[in-house]
Amino acid sequence: MASGELVSSFDPRRVRADTPLLRRVINERSITYLDSASSSLPPRAVIEAMGRYYEMRHANVHRGVYQTANEATAVYEGARESVASFINAPGGANEIVFTKNATEAFNLLAKSWGAKNLKAGDVVLVSEMEHHANIVPWFQLRELNGIEVRFIPVNDDYRLDLTNIESLMENVKLVSLTSMSNVLGTINPIKDLAALAHRHGALFAVDAAQSIAHSPTDVTELDVDFFIFSAHKMLGPTGIGVFWTREAILDAMPPFLGGGGMISDVRTSGYTPATGPSKFEAGTPPIGEAAGLGAAVLYLEGLGMTNIVEHERHLTYDALTRLASEFDGRVRVIGPSDTHNRGGVISLDIAGVHPHDVAQVLDQFGVCVRPGHHCAKPLMRRFGLAATARASFGPYSLTRDTDVLIEALHHAVTMFG
Amino acid sequence: MSSLEDLYREVILDHYRSPRNRGELASPPALRVEGFNPLCGDEIVVYLEVRDGVLVDIKLTGHGCSISQSSSSLMSAAVKGKPVSEVRGIIANFKQLMTGVEATLSDEKPAAPVDLRAMGELAALQGVVKFPVRIKCATLAWNTLTQGLDELD
Ligand SMILES: Cc1ncc(COP(=O)(O)O)c(C=O)c1O
Repeated sequence: MASGELVSSFDPRRVRADTPLLRRVINERSITYLDSASSSLPPRAVIEAMGRYYEMRHANVHRGVYQTANEATAVYEGARESVASFINAPGGANEIVFTKNATEAFNLLAKSWGAKNLKAGDVVLVSEMEHHANIVPWFQLRELNGIEVRFIPVNDDYRLDLTNIESLMENVKLVSLTSMSNVLGTINPIKDLAALAHRHGALFAVDAAQSIAHSPTDVTELDVDFFIFSAHKMLGPTGIGVFWTREAILDAMPPFLGGGGMISDVRTSGYTPATGPSKFEAGTPPIGEAAGLGAAVLYLEGLGMTNIVEHERHLTYDALTRLASEFDGRVRVIGPSDTHNRGGVISLDIAGVHPHDVAQVLDQFGVCVRPGHHCAKPLMRRFGLAATARASFGPYSLTRDTDVLIEALHHAVTMFG
Repeated sequence: MSSLEDLYREVILDHYRSPRNRGELASPPALRVEGFNPLCGDEIVVYLEVRDGVLVDIKLTGHGCSISQSSSSLMSAAVKGKPVSEVRGIIANFKQLMTGVEATLSDEKPAAPVDLRAMGELAALQGVVKFPVRIKCATLAWNTLTQGLDELD
């Protein structure tokens, strides 16, 4: 591009203009979308990449001889390249497995790598702030082969309690942690914890579902072993997720789902699995979704991940400050109160108002926030809550969104007295 | 904001802030029934004491959103002290209120509309119909009560 200035100037209003859904009017008000932690809104570039694929290139991937089949394969494999470079996978595209979502990627980790490498008495160390996607597959593996699932506690300041981490590491073969809590916004010290795990001879997996669109990612620099996320939380489409691990680990993992696409040979006596990522991609893969994911990666790279971090930190700081000062203590933020190692996910507990009612009142202002347990029930129990109302930012968010949120919260607080 | 005020009528907010018949009954003799709505994490426990075909006492515990809590409070006030047969009638009326005025085929006779005046304070919950995801909140206590009465039958 000729003008360096143009590429480097990040403007959230441009992102907003690029995002068709943000033009919706809800209950006679412009939509105020504060649910990006749940699912983010795709820019036109993503929607068009998928449209272009279905209009011009749709065919099944691999093995095709005709022109569009080759093009479809190129689209699909091109997305793998883009993702590999986005997270700086040391072995490139050969280390990227496409799944249905982050949840399926965790099931791949537990049911393929875990079932082969973990035995009774081995420990998987997770934390109290994990999403169910990084808890339930481990419980399922426990039923199968008697592993232990151990939890790092969470402190009253909403951060991991690492006081006894050395003793917690006993018999641990895998540490599996979220890089950013989808309830608290807490950002965990992944690089340090991965180094600690390696010192104890354990591998390290990252649930990057929340951080992937909100911080730069470099798996080589982090020196982790598994890295998992979903496209729909990074401005991409639903239906596709990513599982990354180092090539040597991937090659040694047994296949997960069986069927077409994941074999190199099938006889009446048995089968030989394929090699590389294909071994884990049984059946026709999400090709159109891969086109969308590839476009989302390019779009995020165009915005600049460090620009996004800066922008969202300002928004978060502003929102936390106003929430703390405007409601006489009736609105409590369930999460760190400052922006140090904290992302733009803000869970609210309002005295005397159930989160479901909060969300209902906010909906009348066109404000989209999520009430509920956010698939993190152990964390909810830890803090004695049934649910929170959660607001979360994306690159298209503006201070104006916080203005409407605060206005609507005042209404809710007054209404319920 | 008109539909919002329709949902959160003053009667509903009043029952939410000062719920009637809160508490527990010794069980036995009372029957204890639990209800759960995973969507908003609402939990309700209904205690029923039926003697000689009459619901002589009802108490409720649990927690949840304003709609589920006020609906259970309104329910308890409406059914307490009534014969079970009459309670079943009130439940049926309330369920019909929650289904709204459903479109019927033209050659079918429309279902008899609910007599809102006969429903007393319960009529305040009719605004819920416009918020489909909240109907489950409003009916939680009623389904739990029905379950209890069925167990006693
Ligand atoms: C931290 C975290 N992990 C995992 C997931 C699961 O993602 P998905 O539902 O796309 O599989 C989510 C999404 O809710 C999440 O926030």
